[in-house]
Amino acid sequence: MSRKGADIVIETLKEEKVDVIFGLPGGAIMEVYDALYRDGSIKHILARHEQGAGHMAEGYAKATGKVGVAMTTSGPGATNIVTPIADAYMDSVPLVVITGQVPTHMIGNDAFQEVDIVGITRPITKHNFLVRDIEELPLVIRKAFYIASTGRPGPVLVDIPKDITQQLSDVKIPSMDEVKRSLPGYKPHVEGNTQQIKKAAKLIMSARRPVLYVGGGAVNAEAQEELVELAELMKIPVTTTTQGKGAFPENHPLALRMLGMHGTYYANMAVYNSDLLIAVGARFDDRVTGKIDEFAPDARIIHIDIDPASISKNIIVDVPIVGDVKIVLRKLINELKRKGAKIEHPEDREKWIEQIEKWKKLHPLTYRNSRKVIKPQYVIEQIYEATNGDAIIVPGVGQHQMWAAMFYKYSYPRQFLNSGGLGTMGFGLPAGIGAKVGRPDKEVFVIDGDGSFVMTMQEIITAVQYRIPVKVAIINNAYLGMVRQWQELFYDKRYSEVDLSLQPDFVKLAEAMGAVGFRAEKPKEVREILEEAMKIDDRPVVLDFVVDREENVLPMVPPGKSYKDMILEDGKGAEAETMYLVG
Amino acid sequence: MADTVGGADITVAKAPKFRQTKKGHVRKHVINVKVRNEIGVLARIATLIAGKGYNIESLSVGETHEPGISRMTIEVVGDDIVIDQVVKQLRKLIDTLKVRDITDVPHVERELVLVKVHTPTSRARDEVLRIVEIFRGKIIDVSPETYTIEVTGDEDKIDAMLELLKPFGIKEMARTGKVAMKRELFLEEGNTE
Ligand SMILES: Cc1ncc(C[n+]2csc(CCOP(=O)(O)OP(=O)(O)O)c2C)c(N)n1
Ligand SMILES: [Mg+2]
Repeated sequence: MSRKGADIVIETLKEEKVDVIFGLPGGAIMEVYDALYRDGSIKHILARHEQGAGHMAEGYAKATGKVGVAMTTSGPGATNIVTPIADAYMDSVPLVVITGQVPTHMIGNDAFQEVDIVGITRPITKHNFLVRDIEELPLVIRKAFYIASTGRPGPVLVDIPKDITQQLSDVKIPSMDEVKRSLPGYKPHVEGNTQQIKKAAKLIMSARRPVLYVGGGAVNAEAQEELVELAELMKIPVTTTTQGKGAFPENHPLALRMLGMHGTYYANMAVYNSDLLIAVGARFDDRVTGKIDEFAPDARIIHIDIDPASISKNIIVDVPIVGDVKIVLRKLINELKRKGAKIEHPEDREKWIEQIEKWKKLHPLTYRNSRKVIKPQYVIEQIYEATNGDAIIVPGVGQHQMWAAMFYKYSYPRQFLNSGGLGTMGFGLPAGIGAKVGRPDKEVFVIDGDGSFVMTMQEIITAVQYRIPVKVAIINNAYLGMVRQWQELFYDKRYSEVDLSLQPDFVKLAEAMGAVGFRAEKPKEVREILEEAMKIDDRPVVLDFVVDREENVLPMVPPGKSYKDMILEDGKGAEAETMYLVG
Repeated sequence: MADTVGGADITVAKAPKFRQTKKGHVRKHVINVKVRNEIGVLARIATLIAGKGYNIESLSVGETHEPGISRMTIEVVGDDIVIDQVVKQLRKLIDTLKVRDITDVPHVERELVLVKVHTPTSRARDEVLRIVEIFRGKIIDVSPETYTIEVTGDEDKIDAMLELLKPFGIKEMARTGKVAMKRELFLEEGNTE
């Protein structure tokens, strides 16, 4: 049956079971929007800025594991979505971004609203396509979904010239087999080398002080069950990155919670003193390792990752295993069981667990609360209470993001959705909206900074329009707080351009956009407004928490330093204690 | 303090060992890449290499006997370990079918050069002709003032010939960039020609 290219786009999206698109129309993509309207079966969320649409699609994808779809027009529409594409690339988020392009014969002529978006996004997409011929249109779109969602997931952009959306064709939607056959150079499924798995099992059984270090790859692979089984079977403590949060429940006795720059004392001490580090779907980011020469100095390293290019990139590892994390962990568990799952040095292992318990007691995550001013950590704890620890938390970027990571305990995967790799301020609100669209059954709490919020706050209007009841807690310190903290600690308190004390009335602002606004200025009001907010389920709610302005995120490993140089919650260094340990 | 933290008499971390991905040896690498001949594939490869801060020394691309499949030989000077990373990332590209660093693998390599030499006198013409013969080149264009020479060979041979031609005055030169292929059999050491 002959139909327009635009209709083929919609037909293919339906074949891919797309139920929602986040986007904003314009000249070059109008045919597709017309086809979307005529078809009427795919929901579309009209963002107020294409960056918003992109982060919404990311939030949807991170919350559900499905591919997020965003659509924009050419030129400025396309460039506005570049930041979310880069964000998705860094955090391995499966995204398909469809952009309109000027008609084929005008490409390269500096036509109105023309940019070479394929060129611009080449280094920040897993792959991208410019559609040249209507006959290849459905195949290209299907390839985009296949590439985005398999192997190490990532964003794929499909740029479609306007004339192609207008032409007619009776091209069939290709089958999955045809899609795979058209990509002979792409082999995303890897099972892990058996010899390497055997080696890993040996190391695990003979280790005295092992630690599992878990990243976002474990979440993407849905490997939480295997992780818990492995940790319990071999009595291995587990630390996670921000991306790996929830892949191992943080209330589990073996949980060390987060490691790295703002990791817990006990996670960092455990990693530092470990003799075997098992990295699972993690990439040894510099925010995690600190000074790399002194990262886990005594440890052998096993690295399980789906991406061969991630292995031995930042750090040399002893046993690399390239493969799907879930499959490899299952094989590893089987191998261990086959060998009797023996812990060869049980006394050492017991001492190790005891030692970690001591570290946990010595420096738990704490803060000094106050009756006069609201402490940001207190707000997070109260949100934890108010949501029974079951909400999906979506932060912006800054101090509030780290407090949200530290003072809310995460128990399931895809519960903490943050911009980890790119660190994009403005991610929170739109990603939270996308998450709520994907998981309407869950409470979604955006925990934003006053600086981050204003970068994409127009999306409150979107949430009002579609009755998406996200909660937005602004941790309002009237500062670009994280930058201020660095200036305090490393630049002698020279607060260069971080003061945000001139700010809108966030309550009125929320109301002006049709949302509900509350403010808390005293500690006792925190609970009150949270309770009020929890009653509202047909509109977004903005909660303005006016907090202690100069609170710092601690503990902290200063940038470029090692774990033993950690600054603890009392502002003192951990050095003396660990130096003893290091002996 | 000591009791609570270090008190447990477990063995703990001793001497930090060298952790960082070591910096390798910097040298010229020859990388063969088999690609699907799709739009943008060259740009993707170039972007990736440039993204590491490396300059492509030479690059040759051409079709193979298989339809739709091209082959590239890329020469790039870089750190062994970084190049290893580049190779892994090249393999990850959707349109690459095979990537191999053949620097340390026995292989044959050839490059074709066209060079226009200043030969205004009969003496210059005689001498240039002799050099061309020694290197088994060909004179493919003549003018009263110049000879244009074609020569094929490996890097050493071409460099040697160019060195000998330089004193006459090279007016123009074009090189194809290296093409390289792994040897199937290598019976004797030194069998490189
Ligand atoms: C788009 C963008 N610009 C700049 C930065 C650098 N940056 C990191 S944190 C931060 C401050 C964030 O301020 P706010 O959102 O108020 O959070 P706070 O740290 O105060 O909790 C800045 C400017 C960034 N991460 N992203
Ligand atoms: Mg702030």
